[in-house]
Amino acid sequence: MPSFIYILLTRPFITAVKGSKRVAALFLALSLSACATQSGDASLYQSLGEEAGIKNIVARLIYEIGDDPVIRPYFEETDLDRFHEKLSEQICEVSGGPCEYSGDSMVDVHTKMNVSESDFNRLVDLLITAMNHYKIPHPVQNQLLARLTPMRKDIIYK
Amino acid sequence: MAINRQYRTVISIIILCSLTSLAQAGEGKLLATPGVTQVEGSGGGGIVPWATLAGYASRDEQAVSAFATRVSVDDYRLDVWGAAINLYDRAEISFAHQNFYLKRSSAEIRQDIAGLKFRIAGDLVYSTWPQLSVGFQHKMLEDDAIANAVGAKNTNSGTDFYLVASKLHLGAIGGYNALWSLAGRATKANQLGLLGFGGDEEDGYSFQAEASAAILLSRQWAVGMEYRQKPDNLSFAEEQDWIDIFIAYLPNKHINVTLAHADLGDIAGADDQNGTYLSITGYLW
Repeated sequence: MPSFIYILLTRPFITAVKGSKRVAALFLALSLSACATQSGDASLYQSLGEEAGIKNIVARLIYEIGDDPVIRPYFEETDLDRFHEKLSEQICEVSGGPCEYSGDSMVDVHTKMNVSESDFNRLVDLLITAMNHYKIPHPVQNQLLARLTPMRKDIIYK
Repeated sequence: MAINRQYRTVISIIILCSLTSLAQAGEGKLLATPGVTQVEGSGGGGIVPWATLAGYASRDEQAVSAFATRVSVDDYRLDVWGAAINLYDRAEISFAHQNFYLKRSSAEIRQDIAGLKFRIAGDLVYSTWPQLSVGFQHKMLEDDAIANAVGAKNTNSGTDFYLVASKLHLGAIGGYNALWSLAGRATKANQLGLLGFGGDEEDGYSFQAEASAAILLSRQWAVGMEYRQKPDNLSFAEEQDWIDIFIAYLPNKHINVTLAHADLGDIAGADDQNGTYLSITGYLW
């Protein structure tokens, strides 16, 4: 990774890829970015600090939600202990940990909530803030987000 | 000239009126995902448009942004300012004014560009397929003396059309987010239109490829490179493809700054034009 940036930032790179080689070099860069490097399943779970780490992150997320005037109203009727337990379980499962999500389906949970695209992203921001609080490294954060985002279609505008 | 000034004033007033009527601020996208503003005023990278629309508006919001850019290479300097409106993450209306200075002769070429872009499908971050947009940039040349002198067929105006696909892959490279964008442009413009449209070698539309690749080092910092293929319509001087490498700082949803090294090749007979690109975009609503 650092070497890739180094190459990108060095001036000789520009001169080296002039002319017909430019396109080839660009497509190399594109194909690099297209190939997703999935780390081994359990390693993400471990990077998040396993069960205790994930529970801390979710607890902090609930704290951030409580502090947020836009997202807080969505949780007025929510049993926060249950939310903490089920979301921790879900993150444990998608990160490759030894858990199985036992809560309701994402569609059932979010039906009639009419979560907007904007509020969904705001919650993503709160999750990032919670992970920052526990100094979860940037690449680990992205890997978790990548595994959670497929659920978005079952969550927004229901 | 007076007509052109009036024209510009009218456009400015329209933009200002639109600004005041907008109700909800658009901040519904993730930080950095709308990208920055390119030299013709469209949301994108620095020299090529992306499929993303300028501003942080989600599908329920509107956004307004303004930008200023300076590209200074060996023998020329390009100053650009402009603004863009994003309507519900569906349409982008943009305006840019370009001032192109010839350092050696201290001559100046001015051009206005009105742009429109529609998001056809997809979401940069969340859809499986890339975000896809179509757009056009209508270029109105104010100073036509140099375009005439170099042999451009049309020295008044020209319109570029483009189709662009962009995608951000979360955690794709060692956990870092990676973005790519590919565009095809149909154009007659010589050096963005500053040297007119069409020429003695080629008078019709030609198809040009444009591409960007970037890595987001953190939520706030991105580095990448861009390539823009150029037409070569004039026999008086060769027009060459453009390339740049950039670093962008996007500290929040209100402002971003991009610094780049640009290699613009030969321009109007001056060889190997290299230099610095600096751009700031502010998000007002």
